Amino acid sequence: MTVSNSLTTNAKNTWCLGCGNFAILNAIKAVLGVIIEEGFPREKIVIVSGIGCHAKIADYLNVNSFYSLHGRVVPVCEAIKLANPELKVIGFAGDGDTYGEGLEHLIFAAKRNIDINIVIHNNRVYGLTTGQYTPTSPLGFKGRSTPKGTTESPINPLELMMASHANFIARGYTHGIELLKKIFKEAIAYEGFSLVDILQVCVTFFNMYDYYNKRVYELKDHDPEDYAQAMEKIKEWDYNIDSKIPLGIVYKKKIIK
Amino acid sequence: MKDFSILIAGKAGDGVDKSSLIIGEILAQLGYRIYIYRDYPSVIRGGHTFSIIRCAKNKIAAHENIVDVLLALNQDSIDLHKSRLSAKAIIIYDSGAVKSDLGFGIPIGEIIKEVKAIDLMRNSCIIGAMCKSIGVEKGILEKIFRENITRELDLNLKVAFLGFDRLEEVIKIEKLDQRILPVVTGNEAIGKGFIKGGMKTYIAYPMTPVSGVLHYLAAVSEEFSLNIIHPENEIAVMLMAMGFSYAGTRVAVGSSGGGFCLMTEGLSFSGMAELPVVVLLGQRPGPSTGLPTYTGQTELNFALSAGQGEFTRFVVAPGDAEEVYYWSALSMNLAWKYQIPAIILCDKTLNEGAYSFDIGLAGEINGPEPLLWSKSGEYKRYENVKNGISPLAFPSEKGAVVKVNSYEHDEAGITTEDKDLTTAMQDKRLRKAKYLLEELEQYETVKVYAKKDASTAILCWGSNKGVCVEVGDKLGLRVVQPTVFSPFLLKQFKEAIKGVKKIICVENNAAGQLADFVKFHGIDVDDRVLKYDGRPFTPAELEQKIKAR
Repeated sequence: MTVSNSLTTNAKNTWCLGCGNFAILNAIKAVLGVIIEEGFPREKIVIVSGIGCHAKIADYLNVNSFYSLHGRVVPVCEAIKLANPELKVIGFAGDGDTYGEGLEHLIFAAKRNIDINIVIHNNRVYGLTTGQYTPTSPLGFKGRSTPKGTTESPINPLELMMASHANFIARGYTHGIELLKKIFKEAIAYEGFSLVDILQVCVTFFNMYDYYNKRVYELKDHDPEDYAQAMEKIKEWDYNIDSKIPLGIVYKKKIIK
Repeated sequence: MKDFSILIAGKAGDGVDKSSLIIGEILAQLGYRIYIYRDYPSVIRGGHTFSIIRCAKNKIAAHENIVDVLLALNQDSIDLHKSRLSAKAIIIYDSGAVKSDLGFGIPIGEIIKEVKAIDLMRNSCIIGAMCKSIGVEKGILEKIFRENITRELDLNLKVAFLGFDRLEEVIKIEKLDQRILPVVTGNEAIGKGFIKGGMKTYIAYPMTPVSGVLHYLAAVSEEFSLNIIHPENEIAVMLMAMGFSYAGTRVAVGSSGGGFCLMTEGLSFSGMAELPVVVLLGQRPGPSTGLPTYTGQTELNFALSAGQGEFTRFVVAPGDAEEVYYWSALSMNLAWKYQIPAIILCDKTLNEGAYSFDIGLAGEINGPEPLLWSKSGEYKRYENVKNGISPLAFPSEKGAVVKVNSYEHDEAGITTEDKDLTTAMQDKRLRKAKYLLEELEQYETVKVYAKKDASTAILCWGSNKGVCVEVGDKLGLRVVQPTVFSPFLLKQFKEAIKGVKKIICVENNAAGQLADFVKFHGIDVDDRVLKYDGRPFTPAELEQKIKAR
């Protein structure tokens, strides 16, 4: 039995320079490192990815992985957890991937409250297919399939998750790795379904760094166990208007044992 | 009378289906071999439903259209089936619901009312009356009721006895001196086969004609520690199966053509990621929704080619309850040894038909076993070994990092676009077919029945086995039934048709998919007898058609 202790594989990283995916990779690597250090067996960690730029994370992380299909991260995660409840199952998916192609799976997994952690690399654009609009692109988004701009408003995935009875909902941003680490640690530890929506910047097709930097703020004095407060924060930004954008753990249903 | 049929009919929701199984069990007690054909529309209430319970001395797997006993719960039951009656047919009807010049009317509605029973118990009353009229003892009636009715048993028995006492014995059905066999539906036999093959998880979205497997397995899930999952759609079904398989759990999924359409991306994934899964595919007439509650053999081509790309798969089409039990178990073992998808091709006739089930005839199921990682050295999920079968390890195995991938990948499971590696890995996956074929040589995958040396052969597949064997026996013809279609054991097939001068291919489809399949393998079929109205052949009907050729 020989396993490299490193959490990094030999695979060559092909993300663009400045891609938000690096922050997600580094944050999860750090958190997994801590979890393993604290005694959780690394062979019991499984990551699942879909198809899209985000999905290459399966090649880059040296842990058990399931590089699945576009839109299908969630049912795979559910099944692995049901098959072996001792495993920690973390799914990485894109916005086109899981808010588009595989949305029904996400709704049902939240409804079933299966103990998996779903991380959405939400760059609000299709990167790998070179720049089309996604379910969370802002109204009027000019992509290669909508050169005159979209005529449909984005969905607010957090609101949708609340309606689907998701027990843990958070929003992160790929500029600011400390907050990402904090969110990941708590989401992974949470016993139940958790969704982490990450504003992940695609530097090539939809560079939103300046836009987000001006608007994001970290939630303070927020009680995530308070449903009404959570709803208020979720509605503060609808992925379209130019409002402030709250980051952090927005909703967390109290687990009564 | 050693071959006779009973028809029970009513409207959907009247309980005809359950009654037909009870009648089958009763006649089985007299030593008869049973086959039950179910005919029902795609509605929950209303519509006309009937079942034909055929009883014979020898094993049968087809129904006849001529009936000797007609049990009518409503007017349609008489009006629509008059033409099926044999010369001395016994007709028993509910005189409160049916007007008839023939047969015995019983005021079933009044009887029910008197004892404060519910409408559904009209079935018990008419079954009781039937037993008396054909000379079945009360004791047998009671035994079968006790074994099959869980709700309101006493009241059901009371109503049945009241029906029994209303009639006189018309004929005395002869008791046969042979072993009593249980009557099971094809779907139940499949469920039992899956359990025998070590299946621990069954995932399905409800769809006729295979929902019976989901219901059967859910009902016995505690007894056998099974995980039965009904997710949001068939896409999730198949991808969940991949997750279970990856985690080391033996898993099966089931659907009909429409659901299988949604599973095909997952099927192709199974081929690429080399994750074993057993897929139950219950055919019905298509295209599209077609005739959801009727039968057809329209998906041989689909099963053989579903999913993008080229990959090794196992496809088998069993012909009756014993065969479907056997192959459900064996497919699981083969899927796990070769790390491939296995498809069990059935149809409504086989899935929802009920058969006398003789487990002794099914054959022993021994292995083959999957190859597990030796736990030494660096683990590579896709180690490129000689026979293409890389040792298995599952997440939580200490010292192994298990990486599966839908992209082309290297031995460790990391994505690649390298041209040499692409060729090598594609070769590795396809090479497994050769070893699978070699292994299958030890199994009888092409069966020969009836007059085995006849120069005219009926060629058939799947549920047509039963009807073809009967006709072959009667007309002195050879019957050839290939069961495994991928990989195809051409050597066995050529052996089976040795000396044949004329081949008549019998299928429940419009194109002749089996005929085309063997043509592709260099064997010409002389004639095609095709039926695609959603109903299976009866022996009498097929005999006529074959004679006319």
